[in-house]
Amino acid sequence: MIEVVNVNKLFGDNHVLKDISTSFEPGKVSMIIGRSGSGKTVLLKCIIGLLIPDSGEIYFDKREFTKSNIKFKTQIRQELGMVFQGGALFTSSTVEENVRFPLDLFTNWSKSEKQKRVDFCLERVGIKNANKLYPTEISGGMQKRVAIARAIVLNPKYLCCDEPNSGLDPQTAILIDRLISEITKEYNITTIVNTHDMNSVMEIADSINFIFQGNNWWQGTKDDIFNTDNKELNDFVFASELCKKIKKETT
Amino acid sequence: MVIIANIGKYFFLMIQVFSRPVNKKIFFKRFLQEIEQIGLNSIWIVAIVSIFMGAVLTLQVAINFENPLIPRYLIGLSARDTMILEFSSTIICLILAGKVGSNIASEIGTMKITEQIDALEIMGVNPANYLILPKILAALFTFPFLNLMSIILGIVGGLLIAVFTDVVSVFNYIYGLRYLFVPFYVTYSLIKICFFAVIITSISSFYGYYTEGGALEVGKSSTKAVVYSIIMILLFNLILTQLLLT
Repeated sequence: MIEVVNVNKLFGDNHVLKDISTSFEPGKVSMIIGRSGSGKTVLLKCIIGLLIPDSGEIYFDKREFTKSNIKFKTQIRQELGMVFQGGALFTSSTVEENVRFPLDLFTNWSKSEKQKRVDFCLERVGIKNANKLYPTEISGGMQKRVAIARAIVLNPKYLCCDEPNSGLDPQTAILIDRLISEITKEYNITTIVNTHDMNSVMEIADSINFIFQGNNWWQGTKDDIFNTDNKELNDFVFASELCKKIKKETT
Repeated sequence: MVIIANIGKYFFLMIQVFSRPVNKKIFFKRFLQEIEQIGLNSIWIVAIVSIFMGAVLTLQVAINFENPLIPRYLIGLSARDTMILEFSSTIICLILAGKVGSNIASEIGTMKITEQIDALEIMGVNPANYLILPKILAALFTFPFLNLMSIILGIVGGLLIAVFTDVVSVFNYIYGLRYLFVPFYVTYSLIKICFFAVIITSISSFYGYYTEGGALEVGKSSTKAVVYSIIMILLFNLILTQLLLT
């Protein structure tokens, strides 16, 4: 479980995160949603340690992360998989080398054991016959899959995804969403997905945090969304005519 | 203020760079890759520039030493000392600042804006150490060899002028090469190039590492890396010459 307790983050006078408190449970896909500039990426970066909160704490299974030393942070990071918006694959390495990289760094496994694990992870995300290709030689959807394979190769306890289906066509986006959901349930991972794609939310979200102007404005499940009278959330979720129509029919 | 802040950031980055690598095996692999990238891939440019500059240097000295009171063998001596003292260390490093420096800054800058550096950090790797230290060490290892190669090829370039033209005889040229040879000049040249190797790789890495934005900013970082590397090379050339030769 990941717990965020009273986290504040300021950039100069700009108070980006205001006293955010929430928790993310294992085996569930927790989604952080909000408009562009609402602070959701900053929150995710604070959780994974790329930004240091000005105040507040973040706990990974009761282990305080933000104020811990580098050695401890490194230990927790080895239990954390991250899928970046653009994939962040190493362009000078092949697909296979990208997935093997964490194994090379942190395990003493033999070459064949590593290869077996790499093949398993790539197969799990549905990548076939692309092991020797470079990231620039594969499609955006495949890059996201490889990024997920790299993120799960060390059997992480926590998985964070920053807009995993941005820039993908709707069908591929759904496949990526389902893959994240399946992996989360299969390995009982604490998964946090940062998105503003409502299709993803409706597809796989087990719990939702709506960030509005740096505040944890609303928290609930995807079913709760249809029944809430929270104006800001309704404005965000049902912005399009199609969504308004769906809500009308549902309620 | 910006300069002071940048100097602070530079030294802060260097503290991160000079720490223990996470995995020695991977570090050694990266070191070998950088030797190829930084050193071996620079051999051709260094060789071509050195031969032609050695040849031109010999021609120009010969043209300027028209006075019959000046012995002709001084043409060989001048070519040799100019190559050792200045050309094969400073000028070659100015060229390498352009080739290697821009390459390093754009490589690391692109990694930065495509979140590859963040990905390394999230994996528990010290990105500064993983990316920059092998480059600095590879440059420190290969630049002295490039320096020696440049000296030899520059002298060979001059010799070709002696062989194929009549501005100086081969005998006088070779006699000049051997005349009043000061071995310390080679040591001085090697010391200089070691400093320049660190300057080029660390400054270029610094500008790449702190790139923010997009492709345009990568280009700007690359330009800054080359400009500031050149300025620092010239400054340290002056300081080291003052310290070592006077």
